[in-house]
Formats: sequence, structure tokens, C-alpha cells
Amino acid sequence: MINLKTLVVLAVVVITSASTAAFGDDFDSAVNELNTRSFDDKLEAASRLATMDHERVDVVLQALIDGKLYKKKGDDTVVVVVSLEGGGYQLTDAASGEDLGKVGRRGAKKISVNNKLRRQLKGLFASRQLNVDDPDARIAAVQAIINAGDVSLREILLERREVEPVEDVQDAIDVAIVVFDLDSKDQAIKLAAIKASAYNLDSNVRVKLTAIVSDQSLDQQLRDAAISSLANIEELVERYQWIETLFFGLSLGSILVLAAIGLSITFGVMGVINMAHGELIMLGAYTTYVVQTLFPYALEYSLLIAIPAAFIVSGLVGIAIERGVIRFLYGRPLETLLATFGVSLILQQAVRSIFSPLNRAVATPEWMSGSLEIVQGLSITYNRLYIFFFALLVFAALLTILQRTRLGLEVRAVTQNRAMAQAMGIRNTRVDILTFGLGAGIAGVAGVALSQLTNVGPNLGQGYIVDSFMVVVFGGVGNLWGTLVAGLSLGVVNKVLEPAAGAVVAKILVLIFIILFIQKRPRGLFPQKGRAVES
Amino acid sequence: MLTQMMLQRLMDHDRGGWVFLAVLLAIGILVPVANLLVPADSFFHIPTYTVTLLGKYLCYALLAISLDLVWGYCGILSLGHGAFFALGGYAMGMYLMRQIGTRGVYGDPELPDFMVFLNWDSLPWYWYGFDQFWFAALMVMIVPGVLAFLFGWLAFRSRVSGVYLSIMTQALTYALMLAFFRNELGFGGNNGLTDFKDILGASLQSDVTRVVLFVCSVVALALGYLVCRFIVTSKLGRVVTAVRDAEARTRFIGYRVEHYQVWIFTVSAVIAGIAGALYVPQVGIINPSEFQPLNSIELVVWVALGGRATLYGAALGAGLVNYIKTVLTGALPEVWLFVLGALFVIVTVALPRGVIGIWRQLRMRGNHG
Repeated sequence: MINLKTLVVLAVVVITSASTAAFGDDFDSAVNELNTRSFDDKLEAASRLATMDHERVDVVLQALIDGKLYKKKGDDTVVVVVSLEGGGYQLTDAASGEDLGKVGRRGAKKISVNNKLRRQLKGLFASRQLNVDDPDARIAAVQAIINAGDVSLREILLERREVEPVEDVQDAIDVAIVVFDLDSKDQAIKLAAIKASAYNLDSNVRVKLTAIVSDQSLDQQLRDAAISSLANIEELVERYQWIETLFFGLSLGSILVLAAIGLSITFGVMGVINMAHGELIMLGAYTTYVVQTLFPYALEYSLLIAIPAAFIVSGLVGIAIERGVIRFLYGRPLETLLATFGVSLILQQAVRSIFSPLNRAVATPEWMSGSLEIVQGLSITYNRLYIFFFALLVFAALLTILQRTRLGLEVRAVTQNRAMAQAMGIRNTRVDILTFGLGAGIAGVAGVALSQLTNVGPNLGQGYIVDSFMVVVFGGVGNLWGTLVAGLSLGVVNKVLEPAAGAVVAKILVLIFIILFIQKRPRGLFPQKGRAVES
Repeated sequence: MLTQMMLQRLMDHDRGGWVFLAVLLAIGILVPVANLLVPADSFFHIPTYTVTLLGKYLCYALLAISLDLVWGYCGILSLGHGAFFALGGYAMGMYLMRQIGTRGVYGDPELPDFMVFLNWDSLPWYWYGFDQFWFAALMVMIVPGVLAFLFGWLAFRSRVSGVYLSIMTQALTYALMLAFFRNELGFGGNNGLTDFKDILGASLQSDVTRVVLFVCSVVALALGYLVCRFIVTSKLGRVVTAVRDAEARTRFIGYRVEHYQVWIFTVSAVIAGIAGALYVPQVGIINPSEFQPLNSIELVVWVALGGRATLYGAALGAGLVNYIKTVLTGALPEVWLFVLGALFVIVTVALPRGVIGIWRQLRMRGNHG
């Protein structure tokens, strides 16, 4: 009995080792068979290689795809080459990985691959990649299989689909199977695939469907089904595009609101034309840059530090402008405009002298980069999303300050009747300083947000000044809600016009629209009512 | 006799104006003489480069006078006057472009180089007629005038005034700049119009042409001054000044305020267009950067520094600021914007009446003391 047992064990051992040996031989022979003239034979050998579990399979296949697989002159060994500078090759035995030294340019001959074979090889290679651990690599592999268009790989995909744990990869495989089925010779499978591909946004699917529609030789039923599927896809794409445009518009609008909201305090509430407002925004953006340069290790939190810092920097500069210039010019709006314009020139040149006229790079923290995919084919970037909500937050904060705090009450009192407010014991000067500082500080905060979207340079603010005034005027001077509605709607209108008319023309159209709008309603969307209007 | 009477009326109580015209006459004679007749090695010789530079200043001075007409006398602060200047310049530039003919890089007799470059087959309709000087000269006045009329009619009719108007004029020139930067518009896009060869058959490179253009600028400035003077001393000018000082009251008395505003705005734009047309052949290029809002605002500081509502003060300011600019941008380019910015602040806070204002104040003090 014992003997018998031993015998069985022995036999198993022998068989296993023999099969390993056979397996190794099989690998070697498959590699050697790559060295033929016929592309079909090469494909056959490569297909066999692809099923093997040998450590050098990937190397060999990749080398063949890249055109780095050669045969050595003389003994016809299949080798992987590395081109040397000044001609000649460094050879490595393809099967064993053994270093075979250097040869001259004529010492090795390339194993040629044509485009068709290369595509198929890529598919084979990808099918091996299907089993790696990284889900992204698996998705890339599925994509490569679709590109290879080798129907024989469909089975491999189906197998993988059974065991695939990650949802994204499952979706990718489903798309790949639909794409293969669209190519199927079987009418029923093809029709099912066509019907299944309605609302499928994958570009491969769309290409196949378009091909089916234009293929005259196909059954009319198939083509009709393809036409209707394509129509469904187009409809979906169009809907997503609208949502995307709307989102971009709201995003642009939120930027306009951020830029204009500080102005609606200084211009709208105080009646001061501050042409340096754009430069206060720019200072906020530069503050972000400085904060990031000072704390390079705290990049993730830099924005959180930069927001209060920018508020303080811009606020202080704003107060300096108010005390140094605007104070002397209350009640003379045109002079205020000119003087603050002068200040804006000085600030621009100061930044240019300190930081150089070149744009500065402001990094985006990890949590703000990337995009949020809502459904396939519709995704929005995080930075725009955050900035949108940030704008709403700033708006809400400002509204609260003006409506619910002592300062807000005093500001409104001074706005309505300066002399009467003073008689009631409100210190006008203090209110002026604080209001202007608040408006300027918010411009700085806007600068932090802008630094995440555009280049930070000395001219950053200039581009926003006219837009900001437009938003404030459009919304109605002295009305925060008006600024919000005007900013968001101008942003959306701009983006809706953009695809049809182009960015520049869209901008011009919006400008003309506002100019005409002011003709009809000179006091904006939400005019102030009451006695304060005429003063 | 008649001219004498006219001059008498225009220049009555305008000692500064007499001085201004005398200075213009002097440089209008001396500069050409010093350039053409005085030998090149003489101390009194003025090189052609300087003549062109002075001609440029004269064009700026005319532009400044046109702004002073609306701002100083009517209280309309236009931050887009550079747009009218540039439009006049483009009209002249189009004529000069057509004069190049087959001498362009591509040698096309009809199309300017940039159109050949953009693969256009034929001349756009709005380029027709610009091969004729009289047509271009007409357009120099009509295009800015019509734009100013339309804009002014829309704006003043709905009583947009003060700061709103200023910002809208700025938006206007900004929009025009964006439009002219586009290649599709057919005005050379980014590069604008340049590489001019000759005007009315005379080469733009020759000294004589340059001097003639200089003299034209002197004459245009003097005429521009007299025309503006004629307007502000006329009855209409009085109404315009009244509009500046008390718009509502003037309206209640029964004047159609917006008519006066549109009219004076249009006239001013035409003068600005002429200034642009004289400017372009002298500097040899016109491009969309002339529409920059900054240019228009810089122009306001010329007028403010010189002294508003004097006309000759505007011209003086234009000369002063541009001279400083030429010197500084050559020697210390970094400092120029600081100086310009400081000028804005100082003029508005400390010198509301400008240089002329200081001078008058000093004289008053002298008279009393």
C-alpha cells in the first residue's frame, strides 16, 4: 500500500515536472516561431504566447509591438534589442533574458510587423493586462482590446466580466462587448446590440453605429434600429451639453458675482467709483501666491490661509486708498474715477516691479483638482464647483453683515442720509473706512478664487473691472440681490452665446445687450425705490 | 474784414488763446525751416525724427482739445475718445493700404497683404472706395461721427450721464478693441495696418512729406482750436455750459438737453477722428491697441493736467504728459506708470484746475498784491 502511495506521488511529481518542462519548451518554441515571414503565423505564435503564464511573455510581446524584436544573424536567435548611439544594437535573448552582448547594425534583422498585426498584438497584450491589480490599467486594457477589434478576445472579456469586482471596469467591459456584438455576423446578436447601445455615450459605439447606418449592404431593419439608437445618443449628448453649458455659465457667473460683489458695496452702497477694484482682486490672487511660496509644505491648506490673508491685505490697501485719496473726493464721482484709476496704475506697476511682469503659477490643492462625474459623459470640475458655492457663501455672509449687524445698519443709515446719520451719532468717517475696507477685502477674497482658474499676473484685475461695473449697473446700484442675479445671468448668457458666436463676439453681444438694457431701465434690474434714488 | 471780425469775436478775452495760436504759428514756420533749410550739421537743425515726434504731439493735442470740448464744457467724461481717434486712424490707414498696390509682399494689386495671407479672394465691401483720398478723408469724419451720434443718441436720450456714461464709453472702446483684434473683421487683426508707402503720390519716407504732414497737423490744431472756440463762444456753447453746470435746470427752462449733448459729442468725435487720421501717416501704423481703454483714460489726464474748459490747456497738457512719457519710457520704463498714476491722483486731489489754473491763480495773487 505504502509503495503504491509512493508510486502515485512519484508519478504525479514526474508528470508535473515533465509538464513544466514541456511548458517551458512550449514558450521557447513559441518565441522562436515568431521568427517567420508570414504575419498569420506570427499572430498564431503570439496568441499562444499570450495564453502562457511565463514571466517574459509581456516583455516579448511588448518588444514585438514596439518593433524591438529582432533575430540575430547566424543562429536566428530571437532577441530583444536596444539601439545604441552611433548604430549597432545591445542584444538580449528574448526567451531567457540572457545578455548576448553588442552587434553592429547588420548583426540583427528586425522581425517585421504590419499595422493590422500590431493592432491585434495590442489586443492580445491588453487581454493579459485584464488581470492586473490596478483598475485603471484594466480599463485601459479594455480600451486597447476595443481598438484591436479582435473578436476572439470577446470570450476573454466575458470571462473577466464574471469576476470583475470594480463597477467602472464592468461598465467598460460591457461597452467593449456591445462594440464586438455590433460587428457580429449574426443578425439577431447585432440587432440586440444596436438596441442595447441606445443612450450609450461611448465614442466607439457611436463610430460603429454610424458605420452600420452608412453600410448599404446591411438589412434595412438593422439600419433603422441603428438610426434610432444614434438619434437617442445625439439627444442625450445634446442634453448633457446643455447642462454643461449651464454649469459653465453659472461658474462664469459666480466669478463675476465674486468680482462684482465687493464693488456693489463700494460703488453700489457708498457711491464711490473705485477703478482700482480690479487691482484689489489682483492683490488677493498675489496673496495666494505669496502664501503658497511661504508655506510650500501646507499646499492643501494654503487656500484656507490665503482667504483671510487676502481679505486683510486687500482690505488694508482699500482703506489706505480711501484715506489717502477718495476721502478728499466724496461727492465728485468723475474725479474719484480718475484718481482711483491712477491708483490702479500704481498698484499694477508695483506688482510688476516686485513680482516681475510674468504670470505666476498658483498651485491647485489636491481636493480641488479633478472632476466629479455625475453620469457617463457629464462631469464637472471640482474647482469650478467649489468656487460656485464659495461665491454663494461670500454673498450670504455679506448679506448677513449688511442686514443683521450693527455695522450694516450704520452703513445703510449713512447711505440713505449722511447728515441725518451723523446727527444720530453715527461716526461717518469710521463707517466709510469700514465699508470701504469690507468691499476691498471681498475683492481680495475674489482674487483667491480667481487664482484657481486663471493666470495670476499684473493685468489680472483689468479684465474684470468693466465686467464688474456692468454686473453692478445691470443688477441695480445698491442692491446685493441684483448683483447676484445679474452676475449669474450674464455668465449664463455669455456661455450660451459662446458656441454659436465665439468667445469674443459673445462678449461684445453681452456688452451691447447691457448698453441697450440700460436704455430701457437706467436703474438696473432691481431699481432702488424711495427718496434715496434722487439724491 | 469778415475774418478779422470773426477772429475778434472768437478771441475776445482769450489771451491764452492768442498765445497758443502764436506759438503754433511760430513752430509751424520755424520747425520746417530748421528741418529743411538749416544744414544738417548746424546747431539749429531739427532732425526729421523730432519733426515727426512733434507732429505726433500735435495730433494728441487736437485729440485732447476734442475731449476738452465735451468734458470741460459739457461735463461728459468720455473714457472712450481714443476709439474715435483710432477709427479716424483706421480710415486713413485703409487709404494708405490701398496705395501700396503691387509693392506689397505678395504683390497683389487689389488686396492688402494680410488679406492675401488669410486667403481672401476679394476685397470686402467696406473697403471699396478707400483707394480715393477724398472718400477716405470723408470717412475719417463720417465713421467716428456716426458712431458718436448713434451712441450719444442712445445714451443721452435715456439720460444716461455722469459715471454711467463714462463706464459705457469705456465699454464701447473695449468692445471695439476686441472686435478689431479679430482677423475676420478685415482690418488686419492683431497687426493692424502698416507698411505704408505713400500718400497722394508722395513717399511717406521723404523729409518733405513729413514736414508737410507736420504743417498739416499745425493747421489742423489751429483750426480745431478755432472751431471749438467758435462753438463754446456761440449761443449754443452757452447752453452746453449750462447743461454742464445744471442739467436739470436747463431742461426745465425748456432746452432739449439731449440734443445739445448729442451734437457736441458728435462734433468732438469728428475732431478726434481727424486727429487720428493725421496721426497714422506720421507714425506709420494703426493697430487695435489704439482702442485700449488705457489710452482713452490717459487722454483724460492730459486734459485734467493742462486745465479743463480752456481748450489750449488741454493741448498744453497733451504736450506735457507725452513729453514726460517719451523721456521716461526711454530712460526709466518702470517708472512711467508710477508717474502716470501719481499724475492722476495729484491732478484730481490737488490741482482740480490743472497747470493753467495754477498760472491764473498766481497772476490773480500778483494783481491783488
